[in-house]
Amino acid sequence: MIGRHLLSAQDLTSADAVRILDTAGELATVTDRSVKKLPTLRGRTVVTLFFEDSTRTRISFELAAKRLSADVINFAAKGSSLSKGESLKDTALTLEAMGADAVIIRHGASGAPYRLANAGWIQGSVINAGDGTHEHPTQALLDAFTLRNHLRAGSGDLAGARVAIVGDILHSRVARSNVALLRTLGAQVTVVAPPTLLPYGVHTWPCDVSYDIDDVLPHVDAVMMLRVQAERMAGSYFPNELEYSRRYGLDSRRMALMPDEAIVLHPGPMNRGVEISAEVADSPRAVVVEQVTNGVHVRMAVLYLLLGGRPEELMVEGADR
Amino acid sequence: MPERTVLDASDVRRAVRRMSHEILESAKGVDDLVILGIPTRGVYLARRIAAAIRQIEEIEESEAIDGQGVPCGSLDITLYRDDLRLREVRALEPTSIPPEGIDGRVVVLVDDVLYSGRTIRAALDALADVGRPAAVRLAVLVDRGHRELPIRPDFIGKNLPTSQSETVHVHLTECDDDDSVTIAQVGQ
Repeated sequence: MIGRHLLSAQDLTSADAVRILDTAGELATVTDRSVKKLPTLRGRTVVTLFFEDSTRTRISFELAAKRLSADVINFAAKGSSLSKGESLKDTALTLEAMGADAVIIRHGASGAPYRLANAGWIQGSVINAGDGTHEHPTQALLDAFTLRNHLRAGSGDLAGARVAIVGDILHSRVARSNVALLRTLGAQVTVVAPPTLLPYGVHTWPCDVSYDIDDVLPHVDAVMMLRVQAERMAGSYFPNELEYSRRYGLDSRRMALMPDEAIVLHPGPMNRGVEISAEVADSPRAVVVEQVTNGVHVRMAVLYLLLGGRPEELMVEGADR
Repeated sequence: MPERTVLDASDVRRAVRRMSHEILESAKGVDDLVILGIPTRGVYLARRIAAAIRQIEEIEESEAIDGQGVPCGSLDITLYRDDLRLREVRALEPTSIPPEGIDGRVVVLVDDVLYSGRTIRAALDALADVGRPAAVRLAVLVDRGHRELPIRPDFIGKNLPTSQSETVHVHLTECDDDDSVTIAQVGQ
C-alpha cells in the first residue's frame, strides 16, 4: 500500500510499483477519449513548488493534476518571494495556510522533500519531483512504465529485463531512482560511466558496474542514456565533450551492437551530439517522446493513489455500494 | 438468519436469457446496440447478454468480430464515484469501449445489483465523457431497492425486496464457484 507521500523510489515495494504502473495503464486510456478529463480530484489543490528550473516535469505534473480536475498552483523560485530569501519552512507554512492538498517539490538540496514531509509544517502529501543528486521517483516510474510496455506487453513486473544506465551516474537522481525501482521490479541493472562519474560506494548499489559501454550493449534489452549535467559539474570529470562522446556517447555504430529489439531511453533534455547522436535520438528505437506521454499517465496515477482516497484513520466503515 | 440462495444457476440462466429478449425487443434489433458492463460482475453479465442476443438473432461469432454483431465492453466508474474521499483509495478496473464508439448508439449498462443508484449515477457521468449515446438503458440482475437517487432500471432479472441490514451477493462462474444469488444478514 502506497503511503501518504512519494519521496523515494526506495520506499516502494514491488507490489506498490506494479499498482502504480497498472493504474497508469488504465488512466492512459483517458487520452484516447474525446473528453480527456476526469472529475476525480475536483476541489483538491495541488501546488508545484519548483526551486530548480524544469520544463517537462513541471508541465507533466500540471497536466496530470488538471486531467484529474485538481486546481493547480505553480510556485517557481524565480519571481516569487523565494528569490527574496524566504525559508522553506515559511514557504511551506504559507502553502499550508492556503490549504494545499499536495505539494510537488523540486529542490537543489537532497532531502528537501523529506524535510517538507516530516517536519510537521504541512498536512498534505509531498511528492518528490527531483531533489539535488538524490532521487526523482516519478521519472523512474515512467521509465519503468515505458520499459514494461515494450518488454513485458504492459503488465506485471520487469523480472529478468536487462537495462544499462549510461552516463553521469554521480550527479544523476534519475539513475539513483531507476536503479532502486528497476531492481525492486526484478530487472538486472548495469551502470556504465567513466570512474570519475561514478559515486563513492557505487559497489554497494544493487547493480553491476562497468566502464566500457561496448562490452555492455550486446547484452541489454534497453539502454538509458543520461544527460551530461554541465550545471552540476563544478570540477573536471572528463577532458572534453568530444572525448566523452567517443567513449560513452550512443551513436548508430553502438546502437547496432544492441539486440534488434532493444530500445533507447533518455530522460531529457537531450544534448544531441554529446551523450546521444541525432541519428539515434531520431531513430524509431528511441522512445523519448513516448516517455514524455507516459510521464503524464504515471503522474496521474501517483496523484490518484495519494489523493484519491481518504487517509486510513478517517475511513468510514460499511459504505460498500 | 444464515445465507439463503434466492436464485440458483438455472434461475440466473433464465433471467439473463429473458433480459436479452427484452433488450432486443425494446431496441427493435441489434443495430446501434452497445452493451457495457460495470466491473467486475457486470462485465461478465454483459458478455453473457451479448452472447445470448447473438444466439437469438443467429449472428455468427465471426460476424461479431467484424463488428456486425453486438459490441460489448466494460466501463469502470471508479474515478467518477461520489464516495472516493470516504474510502481507502480504490484500484482501477479496465475500461474497454468497443471500437465503434457509443456516439448515436443505444447503450445498455449492465450491473449485477442495483441498490442506492450511485454507481449508475457515476456510470452516466463516465459515459458522457466517452461520447453521446442516443439513449442509455439499464439492465441489472437483481434490484434490491433502497434507491437514493432518481434512477430506475429498464431490464430486471429479479426484484428482490431486502432490508438494509441484509447483503446481496451475486456469484458468477467467471469469478466464483457457481452461478447464484444469495442474501444474508450483515455480519454473517
